[in-house]
Amino acid sequence: MYHKTKPYRIFTVFNYILMIAISVLCVIPLIHVLAVSFSGKAAANANLVGLWPIDFTVDAYTKTIANENFTRSIWVTLQRTVLGTVFSMGVVILAAYALSKENARFRRRNLYIWLLVFTMLFSGGLVPMYILMQKLHLMNTLWVLILPGAVSVWNIILLLNFFRAVPKEMEEAAFIDGAGHFRTLFSVYLPVSMPAIATLSLFTIVGHWNSWFDGLLYMTNHRNYPLATFLQTVIVQQDFSKVTVRPEDLENISQRTVKAAQIFIGMAPILIVYPFLQRFFVKGIVLGAVKE
Amino acid sequence: MKNLVTPASVKGEKLDVSTGKPRKKSKWRTNLSLDLMVMPALILTLIFAYIPMTGLAIAFKNYKPGLGFNASKWVGLDHFEYLFSIPENVQVIWNTLIIAGLKMIAGLIVPFLFALLLNEVRKMAFKKMVQTIVYMPHFLSWVILGGILSDLLARDGGLINQALVSMFGIKPIFFLGDGNWFRFVVVVSDVWKEFGFNTIVFLASLAGINPALYEAAEVDGAGRWQQTRSITMPAMLPITIVVGTLALGNVLNGGFDQIFNLYNALVFDKGDIIDTFVYRLGIVDGKFSFSTAVGLFKSVVSFVLIVSAYRISYKFANYRIF
Repeated sequence: MYHKTKPYRIFTVFNYILMIAISVLCVIPLIHVLAVSFSGKAAANANLVGLWPIDFTVDAYTKTIANENFTRSIWVTLQRTVLGTVFSMGVVILAAYALSKENARFRRRNLYIWLLVFTMLFSGGLVPMYILMQKLHLMNTLWVLILPGAVSVWNIILLLNFFRAVPKEMEEAAFIDGAGHFRTLFSVYLPVSMPAIATLSLFTIVGHWNSWFDGLLYMTNHRNYPLATFLQTVIVQQDFSKVTVRPEDLENISQRTVKAAQIFIGMAPILIVYPFLQRFFVKGIVLGAVKE
Repeated sequence: MKNLVTPASVKGEKLDVSTGKPRKKSKWRTNLSLDLMVMPALILTLIFAYIPMTGLAIAFKNYKPGLGFNASKWVGLDHFEYLFSIPENVQVIWNTLIIAGLKMIAGLIVPFLFALLLNEVRKMAFKKMVQTIVYMPHFLSWVILGGILSDLLARDGGLINQALVSMFGIKPIFFLGDGNWFRFVVVVSDVWKEFGFNTIVFLASLAGINPALYEAAEVDGAGRWQQTRSITMPAMLPITIVVGTLALGNVLNGGFDQIFNLYNALVFDKGDIIDTFVYRLGIVDGKFSFSTAVGLFKSVVSFVLIVSAYRISYKFANYRIF
């Protein structure tokens, strides 16, 4: 029994210490931001805050929420997240169902699947996409944040594989009872696939919440910025020219504690849904990615 | 999976329940509703993926938005020649290769080792907790992490510089303003964000190793290190080859989101990658044709690499995505 030997015991002790150290390394940055966001202005600017707030105050959060640019961008993000996820999942579920059928039963399946997969391998790139959005007059609309990313080929493949694992007897029973494909999808496949659909929906929600580049690219008016894009311009680029603010607000946004509060609000929803996400994703990824 | 198909349904025909014979009409109808279901995805793909591909033609033109597509002059391969004839442009390609290459290597070794070590943890609750924590950074966006990192790495009073100065008594390091340090930060922070998530596939392959192999080794008197070397590592070889090969498709992917949220004009010489270069030139400066040409160069090379990577991993490890 190797795990009773002395060298292995010593190794185990070091291994546990290493694992703890790595875990700590993964959360320390987040704790630091949280500590800064709850600290007093003076202590934060003097770089005194480490991992625990100094002069505890929620001042930074009240200032953040009072900033109407911030609240408006949250509203844009909520709209795009809800609409975008519903729309995208609808498209993905329909396509995944049809493409999960055998080649013999659905002859054009191969053509369709290659048309979709090819877009994973090759794309027109940034500038043609930008020109297209201008031509379609989608700039500065909510749709520009929803439509281009709606067809997630990766999600279609994951769900398609999941549908294939559903016992064929169930679908055959439905067909014998006279159900068509739409009916079979909604009454047979969807109810048994809820865990997979919930997982993919969560991933889509996280994707929408985090997505910032499309907002920066396609929104020429800063009033249409989603939250992630707003944070990008204010915190990363530190560019306040695109965001019209009153002088008294300007001081507030550039303040370190307020920045930390904004960062924290930006990641809070992810941290909240994360436990649910984590329950599913390991299984989902392994299911879809490593196949016999 | 069970195979319940009868000879008739193999040919794509549905059997009539009462007669047991193929129903000609319903086969057509069946397929039509399947086609209908794929339509939304297909139409969106045509508009937002295939139309932009036709737009790549402007890489061979001198596109002026005022003139429109048709009136703009064809210039052949001029933009590509320009890309390779200016040293600053070639430097961008080198930056991309170096940053992406380092990320690929570190991004393969760290998760591999971490999975091996985590596999030695026998307390399941502890193992779960570590996994939960290390997977988390993967889900945060580079906007958030860029904000956090530039705060932590600040030259004046950033937490990391404070620690380094007090421990080693050195001068504060300008992490995000010095090209070499910038590359270092980019690679390390990318590993930090993704290593946990990338262990998932290794842990899955570890879980799939037959326990009987270890029992037999135990009987033969092999220690844990010998077991690791002779059983665990060979068993992980196929998946490591697959992960490594598939990563080859990213050779020209320096990681736009990350670099864009961390870089500044001070580090353009060593930190500017193809994607950020294309964005600044195309969208900010309005050089549509040249930046499209640069993007096309990247897309074509990546395409060839990805397709060959999949062929290789299919050949050697029998890996398929669908």
